[in-house]
Amino acid sequence: MIEIRIHGRGGQGNVVAAYLMAAAAFDSGFSSQAFPAFGAERRGAPVVAFVRIDEKPISRRSQVREPAYLIIQDEHLLHEHDLTAGLLPGGGVLINSTRSSEALAEELGGLKVVAIPATAMALETVGRPVPNVALLAAFLQLTGLLPQEGLIRALEERFSGDILEKNRKLAELAVQKVPAGLWKEAQHATGA
Amino acid sequence: MRQALEGSQAVARAVASCRPGVVAAYPITPQTHIVENISKLVADGLCDCEMVSVESEFSAASVVLGAAATGSRAYTATSSQGILLMAEVLYNIAGMRIPLVLTCANRAVSAPISIWNDQQDSMAVRDAGWIQLYCADNQEATDATVQAFRIAERMELPVMVCMDGFVLTHTMEPIDLPDQDQVDGFLPPYHFSRTLDSGHPMTLGGLAGPDYYAEIRHAHHRALLASETEIVSADRDWAELTGRASGGLLAVEGDADAELAVLAIGSVVGTLREAMQEYEGAKAKLIKLRCFRPFPVEALQQACRGVRRLIVLERALSPGGGGILGTEVRAALSELSDPPVVYNYAVGLGGRDVPMDLYPRLLEAVESGQGERFSIFDVELEKLPEEDR
Repeated sequence: MIEIRIHGRGGQGNVVAAYLMAAAAFDSGFSSQAFPAFGAERRGAPVVAFVRIDEKPISRRSQVREPAYLIIQDEHLLHEHDLTAGLLPGGGVLINSTRSSEALAEELGGLKVVAIPATAMALETVGRPVPNVALLAAFLQLTGLLPQEGLIRALEERFSGDILEKNRKLAELAVQKVPAGLWKEAQHATGA
Repeated sequence: MRQALEGSQAVARAVASCRPGVVAAYPITPQTHIVENISKLVADGLCDCEMVSVESEFSAASVVLGAAATGSRAYTATSSQGILLMAEVLYNIAGMRIPLVLTCANRAVSAPISIWNDQQDSMAVRDAGWIQLYCADNQEATDATVQAFRIAERMELPVMVCMDGFVLTHTMEPIDLPDQDQVDGFLPPYHFSRTLDSGHPMTLGGLAGPDYYAEIRHAHHRALLASETEIVSADRDWAELTGRASGGLLAVEGDADAELAVLAIGSVVGTLREAMQEYEGAKAKLIKLRCFRPFPVEALQQACRGVRRLIVLERALSPGGGGILGTEVRAALSELSDPPVVYNYAVGLGGRDVPMDLYPRLLEAVESGQGERFSIFDVELEKLPEEDR
């Protein structure tokens, strides 16, 4: 089983990101589970969402304490909370940031870090500062966990028309930002 | 068809497939998505029912009471303070023997304010005279919704389907939604034997003096007890139709001969199921209690044959009393010649995460002979001033 934790703020589409990943996993033939842990329900408040993907049905309901991967939608949260707590050895951290992956990796004590400027990309392509789709597409490219087509079909179920087209384009751009399969090893390291 | 759906969305679709005539509700977290999704299905022309937006839960319950009494299949959903505001009407609905279905998206009760999950809300109305079914996952919540209408209408009793707020309502997972044909074959058109009709005037819930009140209460109690058969047969017939059973009154998993058992209710069951497979330790069985009202005394006694130690987990608290579920389980098992020792713990109050390692910690507590009558297992006493510990 692969467990993923997504950190962000209310309004950034954290829960939608988790749902899109779970839907993409289901579409690709896996069992999946996605759920949020809300703080106070308001825009700007820290929100955590969890995703589990497995070949077997998933029955546990506990929060993800030891994720194989972290997706950080708001890098400023890194300074407020211990977001990397519980990250499995060899696990990857994907961060929405304009800073370099190397600088962030150093700041996080040598963890495997990849950063992409997802908010700026979303603003440019979709016209809204919602980083989730760019991060998801980059995540799938890095891990090879699920085919990009799964994400596209999950997007098609949720969006339509112009918004869908723009998000599809955003996903394509994000894929080009990161090396394919860079984190494939992390899956083996975590016993998946 | 199998789809990845949020629990609330699946329940909304299940409600729509039951072809309700009237849905009335007032939004409250974490129930909101259920009603939003029904509202959307109505707006999209996929559910031909009257959606009544009301100004309070008291009104929501009153509207569905009236709708069901005048010949419409009716549905509502709520949580927490919402169900408390409905409480007076809930007793009336049950006392009038109105067939209705209500989903309780379980949430803690104020004060202090908590939007998060436990089962204090539905436990607070356990004596209202409704059937109460608790769901372990979203598939069960979907299936129980359809079953609930049949049970309600055959028994002429209201049914509350309880699903853990957020933990189930806001979780996306693969769910088999029943086909419309399957639901239509399972659930005949709504029929109520005492439909209000101005051509033949009749009173429901009229005055009963001391000469009849006790008899009417006796009959209500008997009707609840008799509904056990209907609850079991609804689940069995549904399983024949769809291949999926939810466990009737209760379901036993794991080692049938184990002398140690854990009894749980709601979504904690799923976590325990995996934990019992993952952690080595004493042989144990898992008892999933699905039906809390009527309280399935005989089925429980049967499930506990040969059990020496029974851990009862619950998500609610009767302050000054202790466990609610645990107290009832103890009472039911006291009739056995050699009843198990019951270890009663509350866990996950107000949305506290129930982790996988709860299970080995429970085993440890029981092994060390912590034979407490009741405690909140995951309380962190160091957070409290000395005098409150």
